[in-house]
Amino acid sequence: MTSLRRSLVGVLVSAIFFLALSVPPAHAIPAFARKYGLRCSACHVAWPVLNDFGWRFKDNGYQLMNDRDAPIWQHPSYWPVTFRTTPSWHLEKTNRASVDVGSGVNNGQVGITQDGFDLSGLDILTGGTLEKNISFLLTPSSDNTGAFHFESAWVRLDNLLHSPWFNFRFGKFELDNFISEKRTLTLSAVGGIYQLYHFVPPNDVNTFGQIGDNQLGIEWQGHSFNDRTRLSAALFSSNDGNVNLQNANTYSGFFNISQAFDLGGLGQQRVGAYYFLGQAPTYSLTSAGVPIPGSSLGNKSFNREGLWGDFFIYKFEVPVYFQHGSDNPHFAITPPGATSPPTPANVPLPAAARAPTWDGFFVEPRFIVSPQLVLFQRTEIVRMSQQALRGSIPSNLGDLNVYTLGYRWYPIMTSRAGFAFHNEYSRISQRSAAPDGTDLTSSSVFVGFDFDF
Amino acid sequence: MHKEFIRSMLFLGAALALALSGFSYAQMTEYEENQRLGMESHIDTVTGHAAAAETNYRRYCTGCHGDLGDGEGENAQWIDPKPRNFTLGQFKCRSTPTGTLPTDEDLYNTIGRGLINSNMPQWLPLTTHEKVDLVAYVKHFSPRFATEKPGTPIKVPPEPEVTADRIKAGQAVFQRLECWKCHGATGRGNGPSADTLTDDQNRPIKPFDFRDVTRFKCGSTDQDLYKIFMTGLDGTPMPSFSDSVKPDEAWNLVFYLRTLQPMNSREKQIAKQLGLKPINPNAAPAGAAPQPHPEQQEPHQQQPQSQQQKQPPSP
Repeated sequence: MTSLRRSLVGVLVSAIFFLALSVPPAHAIPAFARKYGLRCSACHVAWPVLNDFGWRFKDNGYQLMNDRDAPIWQHPSYWPVTFRTTPSWHLEKTNRASVDVGSGVNNGQVGITQDGFDLSGLDILTGGTLEKNISFLLTPSSDNTGAFHFESAWVRLDNLLHSPWFNFRFGKFELDNFISEKRTLTLSAVGGIYQLYHFVPPNDVNTFGQIGDNQLGIEWQGHSFNDRTRLSAALFSSNDGNVNLQNANTYSGFFNISQAFDLGGLGQQRVGAYYFLGQAPTYSLTSAGVPIPGSSLGNKSFNREGLWGDFFIYKFEVPVYFQHGSDNPHFAITPPGATSPPTPANVPLPAAARAPTWDGFFVEPRFIVSPQLVLFQRTEIVRMSQQALRGSIPSNLGDLNVYTLGYRWYPIMTSRAGFAFHNEYSRISQRSAAPDGTDLTSSSVFVGFDFDF
Repeated sequence: MHKEFIRSMLFLGAALALALSGFSYAQMTEYEENQRLGMESHIDTVTGHAAAAETNYRRYCTGCHGDLGDGEGENAQWIDPKPRNFTLGQFKCRSTPTGTLPTDEDLYNTIGRGLINSNMPQWLPLTTHEKVDLVAYVKHFSPRFATEKPGTPIKVPPEPEVTADRIKAGQAVFQRLECWKCHGATGRGNGPSADTLTDDQNRPIKPFDFRDVTRFKCGSTDQDLYKIFMTGLDGTPMPSFSDSVKPDEAWNLVFYLRTLQPMNSREKQIAKQLGLKPINPNAAPAGAAPQPHPEQQEPHQQQPQSQQQKQPPSP
């Protein structure tokens, strides 16, 4: 019996040895990978970040343009659906949070640390083609309590007039951000978003200029045959992607242009520019003091513009992004007798009022060790260049410093599923934002398994 | 107890030997691979290095063509047509005579162009350097590239003017060479031999359907089409006709084949003015009674069968 056990152990050890040697090398929306028989790495620098081939595939309407893109070419059992979720352990720490002390309300402040096992929520990504040159994406997405909303829901007419310059998308979609927040490598509570894609100054209530949020509208996108030149223009409702025409008759626009070029053997480099021009209401008609939905009035404007680039130096990818932003002061100033902004457009502003403006950038170097391992770091800086009220607001209120560091390891890489071990640390410091006027600092540690299938 | 110990040692030894044999095999192939990773390719002034393309090959190509370039990647079983086996050094799209190796430019163009009606996409967004490196990497799989030189590209004479006479002459060439036997009388790829065709590895293969697509596997220009039937598609039943067709006849055939394609073209306009009818494969020598045209009878019956064949195998 003992010898049998030893023999079994021997065989088991050998088997493990063999398996360790034969772990398959090197992944995406696996629904696409399954459809085309390509590994995720074909379209992704490191899942979920797209590479140039992945961008061309996306810009062509989720088509490889090999005349087999229409669903009729797929086996009838093929279903274009992908589930993605991320079970994790994470730690969140804030240095100064307002707390009640004694009978007082919010008159104290403490540091708070919380940690534990958690879920990310669930993305159900269904996308592909309805017919050749008609593509779609539908993404019912839930938070970690299971409450669903539609993250994306659009249909796109691709390559109209047989030209890659005429593509029209209709529905709820991600703005044409080449450095996509929906495809970011970062997952932690602090580092999981690009702050600049959502930034508004403290007390500013304009939530409609968020480049990172999916929007409801129509988009024209055109690109050269090899996708080196990309242009897009989107017109969408100023609802920040929310349904039911909350801000009726109000629209915003987003424009993006980019050009890629080879730089010897270093890789393909891309530079681009964007402009987000919008307007949003500052008040509504009321009935019995309650705002009437859809009766918004007093539109005021806002804008975000900047340059970006995506540079490669062999295995280093370095996306950089600059932004100058400006909001109308009505969004940031509390009118007399009210507790919070905005100041309605028909109410005069104080003499010291002016448009709050800011400048910011982020740089996110990624070292792509292999298609199965990527190390990343991000530094994001935002500086207020002008506060909404001259003299009465600290000049640095709202300034942000964010640092993120992490890696993703993809132990398997096939055309059937994506699986990554994700580890990340991120820290954000907001100047003068703590209750006592000092800096407010939060940090996240994130360890989890990110997978889709 | 002693016997038991010896027996268990034998088991362990056998298992270890098995493991080591696998390891040494891996080492040997690795050695061979390293030998060939010095392979280079040249496109204009850019020199490609096989060793530099290893990561990109694994990123983009391995899934279908396999780590060893043998066309046995993890997805190969689901793909039709099957991925190319690079180890054979045999390529469809060449500018060189049949049986010879392709030029670096041929391979480079194939990577960028992709192969229509297959899972091979257009790898256009890759940089020039990346593609040239990949050409070298593809070459390193086959010992042929280490010992043979590519063939000399065939000369493509200047394209003559399209005329009605040339289109009619091209149709005669189409009939004489019996292109219709595989490609069908109307170019739909449903000739009488279509269902019997296999490639060099004895796998079923379908003839090209001219009526379904606007470009060809090996390009989209008239020159590309000329080259296809003058060089043949090695590894497939499509032979080279360079010995049986004169250059002028080849151009005539190019013009006629353009009339079979779906898009509007000068050739198609002329064919329409001529009232050009599809060939009749059963046409007998003059004086014989005419026979019904098979494809005029059953185009709609052929379609479902054709589509059924295009489905990948069920998982």
